[in-house]
Amino acid sequence: MAITQDDVTRVARLARIALSESDSQTMQTELNGILGLIEELQAVDTAGIEPMAHPLSAHQDIALRLRDDQPLPTQSAGQRDALMTNAPAQTEGLFLVPTVIE
Amino acid sequence: MSHEYDSIAALRDALTARKVSATELATGALQAAQAHASLNAFLHIDPELTLAQARAADAQLAAGQAGALAGVPIAHKDVFVTQGWRTTAASKMLENYTSPFDATVVSRLAQAGAVSIGKLNCDEFAMGSGNENSAFGPACNPWNVSHVPGGSSGGSAAAVAAGIVPATTGTDTGGSVRQPAALCGVSGIKPTYGTVSRFGMIAFGSSLDQAGPVARHAKDLLELLDTMSGFDERDSTSLEFCDGVANAPGRIRSEFNDAVARFDANGAKPLQGLRIGVPTEFFNEGLSADVGAAVEAALQQYEALGATRVSISLPRTKLSIPAYYVIAPAEASSNLSRYDGVRYGYRTPSYTDLADMTSRSRAEGFGQEVIRRIMVGTYVLCHGYYDAYYLQAQRVRRMIANDFQQAFAGQCDVIMGPVTPTVAKRIGDNRDDPTADWLADIYTLGVSLAGLPAASIPCGFGGADASLPVGLQIIGNYFREGQVLAVADRFQQATDWHQRKPELK
Repeated sequence: MAITQDDVTRVARLARIALSESDSQTMQTELNGILGLIEELQAVDTAGIEPMAHPLSAHQDIALRLRDDQPLPTQSAGQRDALMTNAPAQTEGLFLVPTVIE
Repeated sequence: MSHEYDSIAALRDALTARKVSATELATGALQAAQAHASLNAFLHIDPELTLAQARAADAQLAAGQAGALAGVPIAHKDVFVTQGWRTTAASKMLENYTSPFDATVVSRLAQAGAVSIGKLNCDEFAMGSGNENSAFGPACNPWNVSHVPGGSSGGSAAAVAAGIVPATTGTDTGGSVRQPAALCGVSGIKPTYGTVSRFGMIAFGSSLDQAGPVARHAKDLLELLDTMSGFDERDSTSLEFCDGVANAPGRIRSEFNDAVARFDANGAKPLQGLRIGVPTEFFNEGLSADVGAAVEAALQQYEALGATRVSISLPRTKLSIPAYYVIAPAEASSNLSRYDGVRYGYRTPSYTDLADMTSRSRAEGFGQEVIRRIMVGTYVLCHGYYDAYYLQAQRVRRMIANDFQQAFAGQCDVIMGPVTPTVAKRIGDNRDDPTADWLADIYTLGVSLAGLPAASIPCGFGGADASLPVGLQIIGNYFREGQVLAVADRFQQATDWHQRKPELK
């Protein structure tokens, strides 16, 4: 099942990546090549095999630790400022984005 | 300069005896980094930050309160976030990013007194096998600068091979510590998944990513890995216990020391009783003759040391490629969704609305390989394909992990084979075929999918005029890092491949 230009457009939109028309053509060729590579998986009989999300589950019972679902407040204004210095646009502790609602 | 000393232990002796100061070593390493700037191994150097750490180490040494690595020059792969030094993951997306905190690996090594010389080049977001996907240009292989150093931790391996620093940190998602170590003629180890904290390590494939050190000697790997490893509550995959033993510094060293004592007790045949599993699938038609010959010679050396060779089968070795290239891109597409041009990272200068801003920022901020993998990952996670690709890959992953467990259950104690099918390729080769490099990951991916520990140590040379290094892969069962390193160390006591150094101009 080959990937079409429509598929590329849809996936690029889902991935939030703006592809030019020529990039999109190249991507279609590349994705079809990659699909050919991973297609091999389909032929494997995996009946009765549990999907493996955590590699150590081959060795022991494993569950990810959870912490209490409580916010960790920024301890000081200075720390908040330090966290925000990497923002492309910010003011008064807020991240700035283009107008969303007119 | 640091490479006048043969090992970290020798460095520590010289520092403790005050024959050399941390400041002298740091200054020497900074000068060496500058002298070899054409290797492009380093992305960010800040002598003031380095020398401040060195002076603090000297003060500790003078007060007799030095940590285990006080004054030892190291450098970090640029996917570990660092306060002070910029952290870019070799991406335009993070070109101007400075972290407000240190990664746990960085802070643990700093607390032990190690002095950071700077941040090391790598493939963008650790995606690649040749360090060619760096937004800041490729790093070069010190053995031949027109060849790749391997990747993604290319700068980590090149900096050690060039003698700039005795040890570096790297990360391994599908072979990114072992493969560059092999191609640069140095040693490296990826520990068991969950043993080293990933807090502050920029995420790529979260069910695969692990940090690991690169150095010349297996004993030096032990020095770093034992310090780096340990439980960290800030990483939800960090383990509190490893087979009942607390995950803390000392665990790996203790197992290493026990193995060394057993080997010593065996006399002339130190490795008597050690069963080495050699997977037939690792010696298939894709393996080049020169790499195969060097690995075979290493296996014979192990037999001379008393070990027994056992032929084993890892029948799904080839399937590790499609399984990995579904799972890793899927996880990457999820992890990299955080780069939205809003909270940090690159923002495009021209856009119409919020969605357009994010899409353009990502298209302009990410390099080709990263975009390719995000696209593959997004595709395989799409409704309608999720079962066919992602879940199927995870089922195959379990079969691959079970194959390793079957081998370790009764047949062998460690598994050995090549790390790569060939020696380092020339920079620029395979540029028109994005998946050609993926196929060369065949011997490292299975270990990553299974979460097992594995090291690479130098075992010979291949290529034109036998001028490029070959690595031997040593795979252990879960949590057997100490055993893997002790087995590697015994080889290095009998050979000098790890002490060979390239002639650099």
